[in-house]
Amino acid sequence: MSASIHVDLWQVAASLVLVALAAAISFWQRADLERDILVATVRSIVQLTLVGYAIKLIFDVDSIWLVLVLLAVMVFFGAITARHRAAKVPSSFGPLLIALALAGASTLGLVVALGIFEPTPRYLVPVGGMVIGNAMTASAVALNRLGDEMGEARARIEATLALGATAREAAAPTVRRALRSGMITLVDSTKTTGLIFFPGTMVGMLLAGASPTDAVRLQLILLYTLLGSVSISALVATGLAYRNFFTSAAQLREPEETPA
Amino acid sequence: MLFELTDVGLDRGGRAVLDSVSASIPEGSTAIVGPSGAGKSTLLRLLNRLADPDRGHIYYRARPLDSYEPLSLRRQVSLVPQLPALLEGTVESNLRYAAELAGEPLDCDATLARAGLDPSFAGRDVAKLSVGEQQRAMLARALAQRPAVLLLDEPTSALDHAARDTIEAALGDLRRSGELSIVLVSHDPEQARRLGDWVLQLEGGRVAGCGPLAEVLA
Repeated sequence: MSASIHVDLWQVAASLVLVALAAAISFWQRADLERDILVATVRSIVQLTLVGYAIKLIFDVDSIWLVLVLLAVMVFFGAITARHRAAKVPSSFGPLLIALALAGASTLGLVVALGIFEPTPRYLVPVGGMVIGNAMTASAVALNRLGDEMGEARARIEATLALGATAREAAAPTVRRALRSGMITLVDSTKTTGLIFFPGTMVGMLLAGASPTDAVRLQLILLYTLLGSVSISALVATGLAYRNFFTSAAQLREPEETPA
Repeated sequence: MLFELTDVGLDRGGRAVLDSVSASIPEGSTAIVGPSGAGKSTLLRLLNRLADPDRGHIYYRARPLDSYEPLSLRRQVSLVPQLPALLEGTVESNLRYAAELAGEPLDCDATLARAGLDPSFAGRDVAKLSVGEQQRAMLARALAQRPAVLLLDEPTSALDHAARDTIEAALGDLRRSGELSIVLVSHDPEQARRLGDWVLQLEGGRVAGCGPLAEVLA
C-alpha cells in the first residue's frame, strides 16, 4: 500500500473549468448560487491546502504525540459541531465529547492492537479523521432524534415514572430508537456499497494506482472500523445524554428549565 | 392525615402556579376541584414527587415527603395521568411491568375486574383499545402495584358519558372497599360529589376551601 502519484498544480487549475461550468449553469438558470460556488471553491482551496501542510508537518515530525493532539482537536471540534444538531438535548456537549473520544480511542486502539494498522501518523491521521468524522455524524443524528423523541414521548415517560420506574427504564424505548437512528445510515450505506456508490477510499486508491484487490480490502477494513466507531459513539452519546432530561429524583425536567 | 401541605408554592415561567397552599388530605376519598389553570394537576404531581415544590413542605403519613425515596414512594402512591399513556404491548404486559416494579405478584383477571375490565382484555394490544378502555387499563396498571394511595388526574375528562360511568363505577367500588385512599382531580363539582368524602378547592393556585364535602361544596 505504498502507491504514490504526483498531481501538478496545472491539473488542479484545469479542473476549475468544471467549477466555471457549475457557475455558468447557476447564472443561466438563475439558481443564484454563483457567489456560494465562489466561496466554496476558495474555502476548499484554502482549507485543504492548510490541512495538507498540517498533515505534511505531522508526517515529517513523525511523533505519535502530535497525532494524539490532532485527534483530540478533531474530537473537540466534532463535539462542538454535533452540539448544534442536538439543540433539544440539554447540556449535550459533555456526552458528545466523551462519545467521540471513546469511539476514536477504542476503534483506533483496536485496529492497532489487532495489527491491522501500524501506530504511525501515516495511518492514524487519515483513519482517525474518518473514524471521528463518522462518529460525530452518528452521535449528532442520534441526539437530534433523542431530543425530538423525548419531547413527543413526555406523557408516556412520565406515566412510566409514576409507576416507580427509574429514569433509565422510563426512557429505554426512546433511547433505543435514538441509538438506532444514529447507526442505521452507515449500516444501510454499507449494504449498498459498491452497487450504488464507490466509497472514497477505494476511489482514491484506484486513482493512486493501487491494485483493485488492495483497494477493496482496505475499503472493507475501513467500513467495518467505521461501523464500530459509529455504534460506540451513538451508544455513549445517547446513554449519557438521556440523563440530562431528568433530575436526580427521577423527575422529568420541564422543557423551559432545560438549558440550551 | 394522609397528606399535610404547609405554605406550598411552585413557579413556572415566572408565574406562581401554586401559592401558599396549606391543606390537609385525610385517608379515604378526596376530590381536588377548581377551574382549569387552578393548579390541581400540578398539586397532584407533587404528591408522588413527579415534581417538587419550590417553597413549603409536604408530609405523607406525618413524614416529610422528600425523606421518601422517590421510586418506592411512587409504587405506594400511584398516579394515573389525565391521558392514557401505556407501553407498547398487551394490557397484561403493562400490568406485569407495573407489578414487577412494585415487587407484587400479579392476579391479572382480578386486577382487570377491579378496573371494570373483563379477563378477555389481558391479551389485547393496547394500541387497538378505545381511549376509555385505555384509561381503564391505566387504572388496572396502577392497581397492579397494590398502592396505598391512588392519585387520579381528571381520569374521565377525555371520555364520553358511558366510558365515564364505567370508570366512576370502578372507582366507587374501590372507595367502598376501603383498601386504598383516593385523591381525584376534577373540574366537575358533580363528579366530586359522587366520588369524594373530602374536598380541596383551588382557585388561581390558592386554597379556596378545604374540608368535608358537605361543608365545602354545600
